Amino acid sequence: MSANAATTAIEPTAKDWSSSFVVRFCRRQPLGAASFVAIAVMLFTSIFAEWVAPYDPLAIDFVATLAPPSWSHWFGTDAYGRDILSRIIFGARTALIIGFLSSILGSTLGAVIGATSAYFGGRIDNAIQRGIDILLAFPIIVLALVVVAVMGKGLVFGIDANLVVAIAIPIVPKVARVVRAAALSIRAMPYVDAARAAGYSHSRIIFRHMAPNLVAPYLIMVTAYIAQAILLEASLSFLGLGVSEPTAAWGLMLSGNASDFYREAPWMVIFPGLAISVAVFAFNLFGDALRDWLDPKFKV
Amino acid sequence: MLRYTIQRLLFMVPTLLGVAVLVFFMLRVVTGDVVEVKLRGDGGSVSQETIEMERKRLGLDKPLSVQFADWMTGIVTLDLGKSMWTDRPVVEEIGARIELSLQVAVMATIVAIMIAIPLGAVAAVMRDTWIDRVVRIVTIAGLAVPSFWLGMLIMIGLLAAFNWLPPITFTPVYVDPLANLSQLIWPAMAVGYRYAAVVARMVRSSLLEVLQEDYIRTARAKGVFDRLIMTRHALRNALLPAITVIGLEFAFLIGGLVVTEQVFNLNGIGKLFVQSVSRNDFTLIQGMVMLIATIYVLVNLGIDLLYALLDPRIRYH
Repeated sequence: MSANAATTAIEPTAKDWSSSFVVRFCRRQPLGAASFVAIAVMLFTSIFAEWVAPYDPLAIDFVATLAPPSWSHWFGTDAYGRDILSRIIFGARTALIIGFLSSILGSTLGAVIGATSAYFGGRIDNAIQRGIDILLAFPIIVLALVVVAVMGKGLVFGIDANLVVAIAIPIVPKVARVVRAAALSIRAMPYVDAARAAGYSHSRIIFRHMAPNLVAPYLIMVTAYIAQAILLEASLSFLGLGVSEPTAAWGLMLSGNASDFYREAPWMVIFPGLAISVAVFAFNLFGDALRDWLDPKFKV
Repeated sequence: MLRYTIQRLLFMVPTLLGVAVLVFFMLRVVTGDVVEVKLRGDGGSVSQETIEMERKRLGLDKPLSVQFADWMTGIVTLDLGKSMWTDRPVVEEIGARIELSLQVAVMATIVAIMIAIPLGAVAAVMRDTWIDRVVRIVTIAGLAVPSFWLGMLIMIGLLAAFNWLPPITFTPVYVDPLANLSQLIWPAMAVGYRYAAVVARMVRSSLLEVLQEDYIRTARAKGVFDRLIMTRHALRNALLPAITVIGLEFAFLIGGLVVTEQVFNLNGIGKLFVQSVSRNDFTLIQGMVMLIATIYVLVNLGIDLLYALLDPRIRYH
């Protein structure tokens, strides 16, 4: 194994470098490679959903209600005769948009709070940390549900902005905690003191001097929490408090009447849940791979 | 030890007060309230007067400061008020459902521990073999599979195999243990999978760390049997971090129950929480948030005390 690695490290010429890199990556991280492919497929289908999906995800067809998987409907149809494969493909778009947006929103907010907390230290740090302690006392779904109760729905460009916020809020304290720890060591660097001595403003030091060094943990957290956000969105939609009908969303496909059809139409349950699991699985692994690559010592 | 315990108990107070303040003000930002949902929820037309009267009855017309003072005195005197939807005391609403949820939680914990510790230990000992890889995939899948979907798959499986679904009415375990188990073991398995995955990962990584320690090498060098090294030297020390994870996940099980109870149609705490959220039932939401926070804080306290008990180095600090 090690002898093998040594030869491949020496031998490759410039020509076959990329192919051998891909091969090596696949061999060493088969799960990481698989997750990469899964994410690429998801991105592709959700961007080109209109062309990829065989049917209109909202098209009701009362002739073909609860049709089992067949050549015309690979994953079968639901109680309204809507094609499940098409709904899963469009559901990927919903999941990815909400997942990306809320993870980026939550991580950014958390990173800013964490860096600020670490930079100022003392009483401010203490106060912020106590607040974070309180937020961390809740399972993420409970926190998200309370925010949902507070905010209701607010559609912006067809996306429920309040849902994005509800999913982002539970992410904030977790990221803030991790980024604070990373920022504390940067705070101790001489160049931060130098910047202060030079009379720069607090926000300039935080955003221009400290932030670039926090990019690695930030990126790791963003990808790690995309998976969480997708799972949370599915759970909220499942409870009827997330994305609402008739939008195609994976959690929504499992809610309500899906449970009435355990006996007659198990495909209504199996495929959307599989989509959620594969998506979350892929992003979790991708996050792991990214962490190994960017910062092997970093722990989420 | 006693002083330590008292100190830790006192630390709980500010956290819980913070939660009480936070949840109160978060909920008051909301524009609609329970009265709207209750009287106009089904699209029925109710006069503004009736709505005002109902608000007055529930005390929602009082100034925020008065409402807040009421809530805080309630907290201090351990009175959580009445549900704005059913008019029954919050404590009663929660009390009627907690037995079921608590039992599922305990059973899920047992399921998780029974699966996770052997799984994690085997993966650590067989590091980098195909067994380790399989365990890795199974545990990462545990973090990815939504518990509600797993619950649905269990139902489909039960239907397909036995043409049978678990009963819907709750039978306490002391009345009929068999009926009780046949209802609750399935949701316990559905939430237990994720739980087991989290714990197994922890057991694996902390065992790997412990196996690097000098005292393990010493034990090997003096010829202690491998099995004895594992059980007496390694596993014992590796279990401390695992206990933390077990405890924290237990405190967070309510999160899994929120969705799983919906699938199995169980009338427990999770379902009550979802109901109170969709009804804007402020007092009930507040009460349940306090309950969840208290459980979390108590579990944390329990973990710390257990640590002090198991690891003398902490006690004497």
